[in-house]
Amino acid sequence: MKTARKRDASAHSCRLITNPIRRWGWLFLLPTFAAFCVGFLYPFAKGLFLSFCKFKTTSKWTWVGLKNYITIFQDEGFLHAFWYTALYTLVSMLIINVLAFAVAYALTKGIKGSNFFRTVFFMPNLIGGIVLGYIWLMIFDGILGHFDTAVVLETKYGFWGLIILMCWQQIGYMMIIYIAGLQAVPEDMLEAARIDGASSWKTLWHITIPNVMPSITICTFLSLTNGFKLYDQNLALTAGSPFKTLADGNVIKTTEMLALNIVSSNTSNSKGPGQAKAVIFFILVAIIGLLQLAATRKKEVDQ
Amino acid sequence: MGMGQRKRLSNAILTAVFVIITVIYLYPIFLVLMNSFKSNASINTDTFAFPNSETFMHWQNYIKGMTFGDYPFLKSVAYSFITTVLSSALILICTSMAAWYISRVDSAFCRFVYYLCVFSMIVPFQMVMFTLSKTADTLKLNTPWTIPVIYLGFGAGLAVFMFAGFVKSIPRSIEEAAVIDGCTAPQTFFRVVLPMMKPTFISVGVLEIMWIWNDYLLPYLVLDRTKYMTIPIHIQYLRGSYGTVDLGATMALILLSIVPVVVFYLTCQKYIISGVAAGAVKG
Amino acid sequence: MKKLIALLLAVVMVLGLVACASSTADETPAATEEPAAAETPAAEETPADEETPAEEETPAATGSVYYLNFKPEANDAWQKLAEDYTALTGVPVKVVTAASGTYDTTLAAELDKSSAPTLFQCGNQGAINSYGDYCLPLDGTAIMDQMTTDAFNLKDEDGNTLSIGYCYEAFGIIVNKALLEKAGYTLDDITNFDSLKAVADDIHARAAELGFNAFSSAGLDSSSSWRFSGHLANMPLYYQFRDDGVTSQPATITDAYLDNFKMIWDLYTTDTATTGAALATATMDESEAEFGEGKAVFFQNGTWEYSALTKDKFSMNPDDLAMIPIYCGVDGEEKAGLCAGTENCWAINNESSEEDIQATIDFLVWVVTSDEGTTMMAEQFGPCPFKDAKEPENVFFQDANRYTAEGNYVVTWAFNWTPAVDDWRAAVVDALTQYTAGTGDWEAVKTAFVQGWATQYAKENA
Repeated sequence: MKTARKRDASAHSCRLITNPIRRWGWLFLLPTFAAFCVGFLYPFAKGLFLSFCKFKTTSKWTWVGLKNYITIFQDEGFLHAFWYTALYTLVSMLIINVLAFAVAYALTKGIKGSNFFRTVFFMPNLIGGIVLGYIWLMIFDGILGHFDTAVVLETKYGFWGLIILMCWQQIGYMMIIYIAGLQAVPEDMLEAARIDGASSWKTLWHITIPNVMPSITICTFLSLTNGFKLYDQNLALTAGSPFKTLADGNVIKTTEMLALNIVSSNTSNSKGPGQAKAVIFFILVAIIGLLQLAATRKKEVDQ
Repeated sequence: MGMGQRKRLSNAILTAVFVIITVIYLYPIFLVLMNSFKSNASINTDTFAFPNSETFMHWQNYIKGMTFGDYPFLKSVAYSFITTVLSSALILICTSMAAWYISRVDSAFCRFVYYLCVFSMIVPFQMVMFTLSKTADTLKLNTPWTIPVIYLGFGAGLAVFMFAGFVKSIPRSIEEAAVIDGCTAPQTFFRVVLPMMKPTFISVGVLEIMWIWNDYLLPYLVLDRTKYMTIPIHIQYLRGSYGTVDLGATMALILLSIVPVVVFYLTCQKYIISGVAAGAVKG
Repeated sequence: MKKLIALLLAVVMVLGLVACASSTADETPAATEEPAAAETPAAEETPADEETPAEEETPAATGSVYYLNFKPEANDAWQKLAEDYTALTGVPVKVVTAASGTYDTTLAAELDKSSAPTLFQCGNQGAINSYGDYCLPLDGTAIMDQMTTDAFNLKDEDGNTLSIGYCYEAFGIIVNKALLEKAGYTLDDITNFDSLKAVADDIHARAAELGFNAFSSAGLDSSSSWRFSGHLANMPLYYQFRDDGVTSQPATITDAYLDNFKMIWDLYTTDTATTGAALATATMDESEAEFGEGKAVFFQNGTWEYSALTKDKFSMNPDDLAMIPIYCGVDGEEKAGLCAGTENCWAINNESSEEDIQATIDFLVWVVTSDEGTTMMAEQFGPCPFKDAKEPENVFFQDANRYTAEGNYVVTWAFNWTPAVDDWRAAVVDALTQYTAGTGDWEAVKTAFVQGWATQYAKENA
């Protein structure tokens, strides 16, 4: 009964707001959409086209059909990079979001110096990716050097090293989004819970988290795409080392992620296979991303 | 033990924990600061050591960082500012408008644009870098004054996505009231919606500014580099052709380059808090 | 449904607009090319007169030069030279330097732009394969007339010269003669691998007592690893190609001299202060500092290292320095010289307008004939194969020439034929790293070396 009335009301308000806005569509949408076409759609479409070509620069290409796609599916390094990236993304997404939420939650509870802590956690974001990679590499190697080894020698060091680095860097970023979300949680709902005597754990679980679901959607999606697109830090930290040399002379770069794999296949004679990889990569991530969005968005609607 | 006391105690413990985390958290940045005063050789071999009389370089790394090459460092700083300020302003205004429109008008086209935006976040820059630099060159979007269009296009996805997420949490009733009072759509947006979006506006602004300020590959490939450089591009030239890096000067320049953003961030943080105090986001 | 169609139409329209804009931009330079081309001889004859009308708006009449430089180290020198030339002739010369490690990306992006480089770097077989389509055949041009040798030029299958080597370099083992004498030896004691090993073993054994070690660290960090995956790897490649009479890029290689490669690598990583896993992260700066500060006798590097050792970073006495061949236990290596060749080659963009091409050639001729140009070239690049080139004061080149004068054979840069050079080297470095750290074996190095070559060749020529 209650939901039916709510739906009715929202349908009504939809019309009330929608119609006057619609007239101004050109003003609201056109600038972004036009820039989007120039800055993204056209380059993307051209890139799609070039994935069926052998090309050196974008204006000198020859059509080769599906050849690039056939090449890349025989590339074991690409497949490895995909699974490695998926694993990394899953692990980092979980760790980063749980920690970022915890930090944001604690910092909105009014502990002493929370402004200072917020700034501290955001600091790593101020420095660009590739330099951070080098700094952490120095720290890791400084520690591992005591055990007579190095980051580039073992896959697991490269993996966890990257996780630590990315947590360090991204927690502050996600924290910002979570803080904005937490501040939008209606104070009266929290007040009501407090009066009802709900434990703080219960309040968190039943009131706070449902209300920050939009932030959770955004943050998980961002960490998902960030994980898949990760390039600078991967390059700086291990650049794929250690490699596994196969008998046929191909190598599997055991800590190489997809974006790096794509770029390194670009440097040779033709940039076609790299472009084809990018297309496949895009399709895969689009599917995963949409599934993830659908899953969390559903939770949002449920509230 | 009373409730208040217990709360105070747990807060104290929490603060202590955060202090410890802070120390660990800041250590890498502190390392950059410390090493920016050391000689190159000692950065490599004694990364963790404090500068001593032998390795201490005074301001030499800073001086070198600011004076090397034939391109004035201050010019790079100026172009970084222009690019970042213009681009993020453009992104914030255009995408917040677009996001509001998309969330309030439920049409196939809006949904289409929204999903395009989400898609664009997934695309790695490397996939479009050659075609994008070609397009930008053709349309003369290769100056700090016109590159904001490229940033708006390539960065719209994230901003629209975030704004749209937050617009959904804003109740429509306030907007309805404005419409009933006879406000046109732009009036409604700028007088009613925008003030409510302030915290999100600042969050997105911070993220966009961070991205553009630190971005290297996009301006490197798009800008006409005989005329324009930005700070990240400038820093890249401290690397030699065979992978050797002038680490000391690099670290000095990095520290210099984060000063403006730290100042900006601290200023903004005040606004985020004051925005909340004024009750702007309370539903 | 209507909306969808409208939407699609909108997208098509926008894309169409962009496409139109790009195609008109493509056509514009072509359209202006022809009338301007007729003027070229006149413009060429009176470069000095161009100074007055050299306004921003009329560069098409005079032509202009755009050089995409590859070495960040040489950027300042090129900028200075470009300024001098513009002041002298009024011809605008712009020099852009690609940031380290991004040359290929930069070139691919820049060649696509409306004002593409007229002059760029095309230094090895891989680059010719990739960018040969953009290289103007240089035979018969004024700059070719200035050259003293054809040896460093790169050609296509039809024998057209596509890029010209503008300097040459040599590498080997740099020796600190003063330290060598302190340890009780002279250069004459080292004539082949066995004698090198004997000397190095002895110095290494007495390192604590002497206060210095034999070799500076053979670091495998990316700032240093190219010395081994590029330069040291040249030894087995060169000898195998010599034996098998290989004269062009081969599709496959053999492991004939890989044992020699192993011998010299083992020597580098044994008779040194830094061994094992620590080498995985050791940098060029460290290795250079060990040698520069007199903590090591031997340091594998090239002629380009001279100014760093004697002036820029350290102040070593040039008389104490010498460069000897890399001995790796090959029969007859007593008659080996230094490894001489170059990766520094100029290519001219054949898509540039005629007057730009002419301006570029004029600029190059000026660089290799004028006083300013030749001085800069000698300082920055060492000996250059041009008639008016100046002699550099670099002792390593004197060593290189002495070996040649004494009738020793020059070890050429066989590695310039490496297919997909970055990928191949990365694989070899990684295998070497694991072998050195003890987490991998020598078989993997062999596979990465031999099979890797075949695989990369097949990929590149697919």
